[in-house]
Amino acid sequence: MNGVTPTPLTEASVPRFARGTRLQYDRVRETWFIQAPERAFQADAVAAEILQLVDGTRALGTIIDQLSEKFSAPRDIIARDVLALAQDLSARQVLVSP
Amino acid sequence: MTALPPPPMSLLAELTHRCPLQCPYCSNPLKLDPRGQELDTQEWLRVLDEAAEMGVLQVHFSGGEPMARPDLPDLVRHAAKKGLYSNLITSGVLITPESLHKLAEAGLDHIQLSFQDAQAETADRIAHMAGSHAKKLEAARLIAAEGLPLTLNFVIHRQNAERVPAMLDLAERLGARRVEIAHTQYYGWGLLNRDALLPDRAQLEATEKAVEQARTRLAGRMSIDFVTPDYYAEQPKPCMGGWGQRFINISPAGRVLPCHAAESIPGVVFPTVREASLADIWNTAPLFTMFRGTDWMPEPCKSCAFKEDDWGGCRCQALALAGRADATDPVCHRAPDHTVIERTITARPQTPPPFQYRRFGNA
Repeated sequence: MNGVTPTPLTEASVPRFARGTRLQYDRVRETWFIQAPERAFQADAVAAEILQLVDGTRALGTIIDQLSEKFSAPRDIIARDVLALAQDLSARQVLVSP
Repeated sequence: MTALPPPPMSLLAELTHRCPLQCPYCSNPLKLDPRGQELDTQEWLRVLDEAAEMGVLQVHFSGGEPMARPDLPDLVRHAAKKGLYSNLITSGVLITPESLHKLAEAGLDHIQLSFQDAQAETADRIAHMAGSHAKKLEAARLIAAEGLPLTLNFVIHRQNAERVPAMLDLAERLGARRVEIAHTQYYGWGLLNRDALLPDRAQLEATEKAVEQARTRLAGRMSIDFVTPDYYAEQPKPCMGGWGQRFINISPAGRVLPCHAAESIPGVVFPTVREASLADIWNTAPLFTMFRGTDWMPEPCKSCAFKEDDWGGCRCQALALAGRADATDPVCHRAPDHTVIERTITARPQTPPPFQYRRFGNA
């Protein structure tokens, strides 16, 4: 267990929010937040679109498909954003991919 | 009419000052609120409504020992219903399988469990409660079994600093996702016990090194928050993220404060939830507006490039050490009163004096 780096995520990974973390819309500030132990941090517009699709059943590949269709955007650009965000939030223990 | 300040992110709900432990660095004020003055359940439910309405995102149920309040599960359930993220800050000594399960069912999001040391003998002496460490170990086991995310909190001082590596090992063994290695802050009880608690610089550096090594070893599995003892810092800390900017604190008796030590500030009225709404107090009460932002600042803060990083440091520390709440925090190297810090470190006795334990009537 020494020096473990989180397994790299792929389009087949199916992430969900770890217990004790969630995505939440803040009506007062009119913005999305990631709620986590001891802190709530703001999710930017791109992160909020991605995280609203994270439900523990969708693979990252499916999320990428849905977003590139929704925004009529090139799939490779969406894929880069989605994988980078999922990787970052996994390292911060917000997302887990069993 | 000036613009309203942004709403607070977090509410620290100090449900009671009653606690089975007597830690000599307790963050509660020296004058503890007696049980008879505590807000009742209905009052807390209303406070949670008002907090959610004004934009609070997280509520930290704290104390004293918040599990001494039998209505805690009701308050947690209400917070969850209002979309508030709920965190329980507990000593763990009152946790049973039943009491924990009730809290989990009510929707509790996270538990922060305090430890006094990595070994029973010294931990029980610091807490002044026989058997407390064993109870905490059992509490941690129950929390892990319940699947609730767990942060362990260790308060560090000269009498336990050498065991920081053992504390980090313990946190890993107990399945914590986060651990806080927080050096003691010296207000209230901590200030009263400063000579018994303040580490020397070599001790501080050893704790920094232990944390750095553990961070590398545990990357991605356990995150470690480190709080430095600001007597040895170059710059003051941005206390509470700035006065009246991110946190709102409510005492057991319902006083609304910018931080848990603010009741030491002289010459100002302490507003209470029994007399005004949380939003009115946050937006307009003199206690909140007096040190919000940078307008109140003296020199050298006023012309300092870091004034919006550290917000002038800690007002309660300025009051305690420089005699004025609106002075530059003496911890700052540029502060006119900085010699107070240097003198304190120099005058630190070789042998720590006995603890003056935190309990009603002992200050």
